[in-house]
Amino acid sequence: MQLARSNPKSRLDGLTWLVLSLGVLGAVVGFFMAMSSPPDQNQGFVARIFHMHVPTAWMAYLASFGALFYSVAYLVRRQAHFDRVAAAAVEVGLIFMALALLTGMLWARPTWGVYWDWEPRLTTTAILFAIYVGYMVVRGAIEDPELRAKAAAGVAILGAINVPISYMSVKWWRSLHQTQSIDLTTGKIMVDSAILIPMLVNLAAFTLLYVGMVRLRGIIAAREAAQEEA
Amino acid sequence: MKPKYLLGLLVVGAALAYLIFGGLGQNLVYFITPSEYFQQAERYQNRPVRLGGLVKAGSLDYNPKTLELRFVVTDGVKEIPVRSSGATPPALFGENRGVVVEGRFQDGVFVSQNLLVKHSESYQAPKEGWTPEQVRKLIEEAE
Repeated sequence: MQLARSNPKSRLDGLTWLVLSLGVLGAVVGFFMAMSSPPDQNQGFVARIFHMHVPTAWMAYLASFGALFYSVAYLVRRQAHFDRVAAAAVEVGLIFMALALLTGMLWARPTWGVYWDWEPRLTTTAILFAIYVGYMVVRGAIEDPELRAKAAAGVAILGAINVPISYMSVKWWRSLHQTQSIDLTTGKIMVDSAILIPMLVNLAAFTLLYVGMVRLRGIIAAREAAQEEA
Repeated sequence: MKPKYLLGLLVVGAALAYLIFGGLGQNLVYFITPSEYFQQAERYQNRPVRLGGLVKAGSLDYNPKTLELRFVVTDGVKEIPVRSSGATPPALFGENRGVVVEGRFQDGVFVSQNLLVKHSESYQAPKEGWTPEQVRKLIEEAE
């Protein structure tokens, strides 16, 4: 405990608490906003899963960029802290990825007619999911901390290459998944403001939750490391 | 140590780039259009194919008792009649809507084993003045 307290990276700070509580509050507000948003003119009420599916899927993508950033930072600076945060980014990202896949499947069955289909967007997302799982497997398999950090960083960097491919897959190839409703490459938004605003509230809340959970996981990992050393 | 890792990463990166931009780019055709079918009709005979397009307006014929469904898939240029049976189509299925059918070509007709609906990326509230409760009632009445 003495060691844990001496390292500033292992202190549960006020910012983490603030981000987490704002995230929880935002998710509650976002849920009520989503449940009072109008239905889609074609899909009806089932389209409300949009408010859950899009934010979780964006977080699943974001996790890869977070892991990329901290993995490169580790390879340059060789500080264990960066490796721990990269691992936390993937670990929390895996939860959001699982949620994105689950909500997507629940949405696909009543609209497309199937839970799953091997079309480009779903396939590239499944590959990303496999990379996240692989990342955790690699970390579990290697004992030596330095080798583990380096190997994991390699997996994280490779995984990040897949994110733009997955994002653009609905444009580059013919797919069953529709193209982006909020297109970051052209700036086109195909969503009614009454549906868009609750989704953006949820997106902000999920982003805060993601950042807060990664910070919390990083702190826990720092304490674990301090205990192992002691 | 360091250059070796860099080399390894470069090799893997190049392999992935080749797969994605070279190999996959040509083979990753999720569905063919009616026009593409008529260009190489022999190639697609008696093998599983995905056919994609729009359900032609006025071509839809569904018998709820036998579950037999007939419609025409069009890409605006060419048209292919499709026959599907044994399953209720998804609720979003309809004329002028996107569809992907999995099955085989048999004597000029596409026999579908699996019917998937491709919906648009646009999410719009129903016409002005409609409350969610009214829409809920409308959906319940339609069922």
